[in-house]
Amino acid sequence: MAATPRTREEQPPVDGGDPSVNVGKPGAEHGKSAARLGADLGLDDDALVGMYRMVALARAIDERMWILNRSGRIPFVISGQGHEGAQVGITWALRRAHDWIAPFYRSIATCLTFGMTARDMMTAQYATANDPSSGGRQMPGHYGHPSHNIVSVSSPVATQILHAVGIALAARIRGTDQVAMTFMGEGSSNQGDVHEGLNFAAIHHLPFVLVVENNGYAISVPATKELALPDVAARASGYGIPGVVVDGADVLACYRASKIAVERARRGEGPTLIEAKVTRLTGHSSDDQQTKYRAAEELTAERARDALPHFREQLRAVGILDDATVARIDAENRVIVDDATTYAEAQPDPDPATALDHVYAEGVEGTF
Amino acid sequence: MPVKTFIEAIREGLAEEMRRDPTTIVLGEDVGLKGGVFLATDGLHGEFGDDRVIDTPLTESMIVGASIGAAVNGLRPIAEIQFADFIFPAFNQILSEAARMRYRSNNALGVPMTIRAPYGGGVHGALYHSQSVEAFFTHIPGLKVVIPSTPYDAKGLLRSSIRNDDPVLFFEHKKMYRSVRGEVPDGEYTVPLGRAQVTRVGSRVTVVAYGLMAHYALEAADRAAEDGISVEVVDVRTLRPLDRETLLSSVRKTGKCLVVYEDNKFGGYGAEIAAIVAEEAFEFLDGPVTRVAGPDVPGVPYNHVLEDWFMVNPDKILAAIRTLAAY
Ligand SMILES: Cc1ncc(C[n+]2csc(CCOP(=O)(O)OP(=O)(O)O)c2C)c(N)n1
Repeated sequence: MAATPRTREEQPPVDGGDPSVNVGKPGAEHGKSAARLGADLGLDDDALVGMYRMVALARAIDERMWILNRSGRIPFVISGQGHEGAQVGITWALRRAHDWIAPFYRSIATCLTFGMTARDMMTAQYATANDPSSGGRQMPGHYGHPSHNIVSVSSPVATQILHAVGIALAARIRGTDQVAMTFMGEGSSNQGDVHEGLNFAAIHHLPFVLVVENNGYAISVPATKELALPDVAARASGYGIPGVVVDGADVLACYRASKIAVERARRGEGPTLIEAKVTRLTGHSSDDQQTKYRAAEELTAERARDALPHFREQLRAVGILDDATVARIDAENRVIVDDATTYAEAQPDPDPATALDHVYAEGVEGTF
Repeated sequence: MPVKTFIEAIREGLAEEMRRDPTTIVLGEDVGLKGGVFLATDGLHGEFGDDRVIDTPLTESMIVGASIGAAVNGLRPIAEIQFADFIFPAFNQILSEAARMRYRSNNALGVPMTIRAPYGGGVHGALYHSQSVEAFFTHIPGLKVVIPSTPYDAKGLLRSSIRNDDPVLFFEHKKMYRSVRGEVPDGEYTVPLGRAQVTRVGSRVTVVAYGLMAHYALEAADRAAEDGISVEVVDVRTLRPLDRETLLSSVRKTGKCLVVYEDNKFGGYGAEIAAIVAEEAFEFLDGPVTRVAGPDVPGVPYNHVLEDWFMVNPDKILAAIRTLAAY
């Protein structure tokens, strides 16, 4: 399929940070190598560096969350480490603030790519009054941001698939040309809602993409005890839709799979199931000790599937990144993360007087 | 004023709202060409087409979950659950998702959705076509629960439910679909949510009821009047939000309160009414707040003798009125 180069306006932002923070712009030093790498995907040097920057920023925010947790400043963390490459690659193919996403608790890089800022992420960790996800009402990791068309995450897994399917249905009926994409783990993909959602989306050729981020575990249960097949994507044939397996450490392969799925969806040809094989570099959450059920050798081997160094080396090999640029991006990301942490830490807690608000549209009625 | 059946009023309410607001859609099992198993959606597919009247697979969770998404993205879905008994596969979507979306998103996302479902027994539907499920939903802040008893209210409350910006569960007693008739004006009118109605004025006992029981309560009240017992009947109409004022002012006047509901007695919606009256009108009470409700068995049995044993009827209500009045 011939790729149409995207305009700058269509691209997600490359900083992912707050407008107040100057993250710099990639310059001409990246050379012309992108004429080869990413060219068939319509990605130029700036886009590739922007994608790398986003993967690295998501990692930097995530690592900071763990430091804050271990130092007793935030009580709970659920990580996206190991998923970032797939999330950035896949989300990059969507149109921000036009399409919709229904994320899950590991969707840090997804939400950043789709418009949330480091400050948005950190205020969610601190559950501040101005946390845009929920105003401090939900646990951390339950992201949402309506002005970026990001549906609020809830805790029961896989429920979000149906919201995305409904969004896609509304998009089709209203003729908005929007695509709805949702994300979940392979463990969650066993929920009945997934079958109900895929079946309906396929029947009606809805502009919908299901992304399964398969990290091999549902908390402690390995994929071999969750599925009798090696690939969740194989189930797609049961719905008459394409199922694609993609290496989650290969950001550009993820982008390619997503771009194809999104274009297909926008053409009215229906949904796609993308399964990205990713790695979970941390425990399930800050309350989990994964060495109890994963061998040390396995954890070491999993490191080799980390998209961050893989993508960095890939871009370095063709001259798009060099040591100086990598160091600069790291420094810029540190500034963004420091800013977000300081900012979030200084924000007030929600006022308990507001805890009764927003149960209903018009507030709590009468003597209710 | 034209006289219509309960189901005609609902059908007209749906059609008129769909004409008025192009963002409304109807979805559910058999709602299309067949027009619904009770014919509540009859004719809608012909008028509004495939995009706005959607026959779904047998997937209750999807019917509700996708309605949530469609509502988030600018539509006003009216979902039909074929029988209230089959709403449980969707329970998680209703409770965890629809009810909480506004609260958990700090008011940023709402779910303007109406879920219609026929409920109730006395129709030889046995265990799985007779249930009263309202208590499960009235328990949950974020949901509104409506149970009309007259064609007038059914149409007016349905309009209000569809226009409401919160998720509404709209339960229709299936025994009333064709047996209950009433005047329904031709023009546009609405009945506001959250308002009970005193359907019979009386002075000695208040009977609180809704749905089919609101009719049985009136019947029992007429017969009690022959004994010289003056009964006031309050038809709750909206179970959540509850119109406490109408309820409490009636009980404060009569000093006696009988709550009638068809659901199993233990933990049913009437228990909440009883608790509210006990808490807020205790000093006006001149007798125990009493309940007449379905027995605590897992479902309405099929055999007609057993079904009659289960169902609340005017006789049972009248007996309880007499006991309470004599207190
Ligand atoms: C319906 C439901 N059951 C159980 C849980 C508890 N729980 C939270 S995450 C999780 C594992 C999910 O695994 P997977 O979908 O593979 O995603 P991963 O966490 O590995 O990314 C479980 C069991 C839940 N949140 N929801």
